[in-house]
Amino acid sequence: MPKRHSLDAVIIGAGVVGAACAYYAARSGLSVAVVDRGPVAGGTTGAGEGNLLVSDKGTGPELDLALLSTRLWRELSDALPADIEYEPKGGLVVAHDEPTLKALRVFADAQRTAGVRADEIAAADLTTLEPHLAPDQAGGFHYPQDAQVQPAKAAARLLEASGVPVHLGEEVTDVLRTPAGHVAGVRTTRRELLAPAVVNAAGTWGGDVARLAGSTLPVLPRRGFVLVTEPLPRMVHHKVYAADYVADVASGSAALQSSAVVEGTPSGPVLIGATRERVGFDRSLSTEALRRLAGQAAALFPFLADVEVIRAYHGFRPYLPDHLPAIGADPRVPGLHHACGHEGAGIGLAPATGALIAATLTGSAPPLDPAPFSPARDFADHDGEAA
Amino acid sequence: MPHSTADLAVVGAGPAGLAAAVTAADLGLSVTLLDAGARPGGQYYRQPAPGLGAERPQALHHDWRAFADLTRRLEAHRRRGGITYLPHHHVWAVLPSGDTGSWTVHTRADRAAEAPAPAGAAAEATGPGGETEAPAPVIARAVLLATGSYERQLPFPGWTLPGVVGAGGAQAMLKAGLVLPGRRIVVAGSGPLLLAVAASLSAAGARVPAVVEASGYGGYAAHTAALARNPAKLVEGARYGSALVRHHTRLLTRHAVVEAHGTDRVEAVTVARLDRDWRPVPGTARRIPCDAVAVGHGLVPELSLATGLGCATRTAADGTVALALTDDLRTSVPGVWSAGETGGIGGAQLALVEGALAAHAIAGAARAAGPGARTAPAAPAASGSAASAAPESLRRARARLRAFADAMGAAHRPGEGWTEWLADSADVCRCEEVTAGEIREAVTDLGARDARTVKLLTRAGMGWCQGRMCGPALAALCGVPPAPDRRPLACPVPLRRLAALPADPS
Repeated sequence: MPKRHSLDAVIIGAGVVGAACAYYAARSGLSVAVVDRGPVAGGTTGAGEGNLLVSDKGTGPELDLALLSTRLWRELSDALPADIEYEPKGGLVVAHDEPTLKALRVFADAQRTAGVRADEIAAADLTTLEPHLAPDQAGGFHYPQDAQVQPAKAAARLLEASGVPVHLGEEVTDVLRTPAGHVAGVRTTRRELLAPAVVNAAGTWGGDVARLAGSTLPVLPRRGFVLVTEPLPRMVHHKVYAADYVADVASGSAALQSSAVVEGTPSGPVLIGATRERVGFDRSLSTEALRRLAGQAAALFPFLADVEVIRAYHGFRPYLPDHLPAIGADPRVPGLHHACGHEGAGIGLAPATGALIAATLTGSAPPLDPAPFSPARDFADHDGEAA
Repeated sequence: MPHSTADLAVVGAGPAGLAAAVTAADLGLSVTLLDAGARPGGQYYRQPAPGLGAERPQALHHDWRAFADLTRRLEAHRRRGGITYLPHHHVWAVLPSGDTGSWTVHTRADRAAEAPAPAGAAAEATGPGGETEAPAPVIARAVLLATGSYERQLPFPGWTLPGVVGAGGAQAMLKAGLVLPGRRIVVAGSGPLLLAVAASLSAAGARVPAVVEASGYGGYAAHTAALARNPAKLVEGARYGSALVRHHTRLLTRHAVVEAHGTDRVEAVTVARLDRDWRPVPGTARRIPCDAVAVGHGLVPELSLATGLGCATRTAADGTVALALTDDLRTSVPGVWSAGETGGIGGAQLALVEGALAAHAIAGAARAAGPGARTAPAAPAASGSAASAAPESLRRARARLRAFADAMGAAHRPGEGWTEWLADSADVCRCEEVTAGEIREAVTDLGARDARTVKLLTRAGMGWCQGRMCGPALAALCGVPPAPDRRPLACPVPLRRLAALPADPS
């Protein structure tokens, strides 16, 4: 059959999700191109910490996606250059009192049934894993599957390895459609890219792209601050966080919530993240966010109190009201696909998202049930959908 | 306990901040003057540590009289309670105070390293690391940012060798410590500061074999009107020029130091001729032995606090990012003013004028705000300096000096070709030891299009100086103009200080 189009799909977004979509689509034999109005990793990817976490996810579709991604990231770490800094360092979730530990135990038991490895660590043994941890903990859980990449480098290397044409600094001004309403490609500030499929991997700005294509997706920004310390010798070995964090991720509250995730990096600085606030695209510094992150980090690791914080930065997580990403075909606009709304887990969930999108584009069997991620699902039952 | 609300917080006690603080106090405003340094004066009027026993610090300065006048008035206002002067206070952020319309100035206070702070300055218990216990944030109805500038560096192979120092840094060493960076010092880079530095170093006993200036002074010809209106500046230039002749210093214009050589420290430099775009001309390299290099390419406005507040910026004639200011020195953020180098590099005289002018504007705005504000003018301490002149003559002086600064800035703006002397193996980011080659790879192979993405991909600019040293080079290697600073924390802050911030009741 002669090809009417020069491309099989255009991917909008050169963040980690768009890069993963390009990588897996190209590996499936599709001809795709990536377009982004900014540089590679210019949005939320560049503001992320590079968490590949299963530990913070309760049983359900997101955990299934995370577990698949965990496997795929391990494969990618062999295929991509070492400078993506893939570190299977494991997570350590600590409980400061007995009731929290009990709740954590119930949470971990359920996770195990889904395939998560979670090992309870007695209070006395916590310092074997983390010698500088505050001594007054009730106990904790070790999650060996939790890992880390350098997010911007990972996105850039994925994109490079995909071998697809990448058009950076080109904003998509229109999504082209046939008279029958089927997607026909995109127009950018510099060119038209014709393709029967368009993948919206625009992250926090995914709602704008959906609108441009004649559909809707209630993606909203959820701000997060991260503190970066002066470079230090390796003092923190895992991703360490307080058990309260688990409750925050699933929360839809607009109020600031936080519990510090503390981790060392190969380059020396300790990263302390991250707050969660629904304040739109407000770029001003929040002293309340700084206060909470710093206080919680010092409560976990007392040595941090005397360390200099040399940088603070923020990003805007793309979140959907039910805290699940939108992945797959949009039945309202034939040819339009979404791969956005991953909130704070986009780095971790990127490979599985890319694999799902590649399966959708080729019509092959998906690696897991895509139904819960349907972009056309009903968001109205959840709070926070007002955009 | 926060200090009571001041009419005005001035950040920076250099020429602009000092002039603004004393003028505002003359006009009846209550002023809090915050400064990272131990003594007022900033970089320009940098004074020797008292322990060094310098007898004539003014020998290293000109226009010392204006400064002496300002410090005298500062002291008088401080005694009367019109100015609260807080030395050793690094401001890490200025933020709105909730919805009150006032501003909260967050600081870290560092122990007086040598001399005790003047009587009346904040006396605080010292904690670990020389950091004092939490200084209360300063609350003020208006803020004037007089945060000055830092030196623009364009890297070259070998620039990290011991003995290679900033040109402004060499002068600061001389003013503050009465020390020279070497005995045979090549002064290099671009800008009017180079001649002043060479003259100071020579006067202090160093041999300066060459001043290597990347621009041709022919660039000045395009701005003869601005030059002619500033005869004092021309006299100053001529004075430096004749000093060079007297000290047998060669002036090499349209040349650059393209490499520094040495193992443990610099032993020689290679200089080469540059074409119009600052590209080294092949076959023109020559070697000059030396034991120090003082290098700088002008100054860069320090805007971290201003951009943190969302103040609008512009690209100045010298290619740096400066604040967009109105004629009465308002930023785009109501209630926030700025004076001096932050509005575009222009030197100490301009900073003095702008500081005074801003103070008049702020006092005028406070009067217009109504009876709530303190407006009773104190008796101004009369003197002949800029800081006590009338607003109309200050405005005229500002226009004249700005025109001169723009002419200088345009003449010394780096050409696009300079990155050609930057070999792939040369370090660009000193803090994180990132080479030019790694940065070029991020741009050509990995999709970086700006300094921010280069930083994300290579760590260049992520270290202690937060990109102040390598920022201009990163932008040039990306082929884009420098972007406004984005440093929500203007300086490092101990984590315990952040943890001790007052809780937000909401």
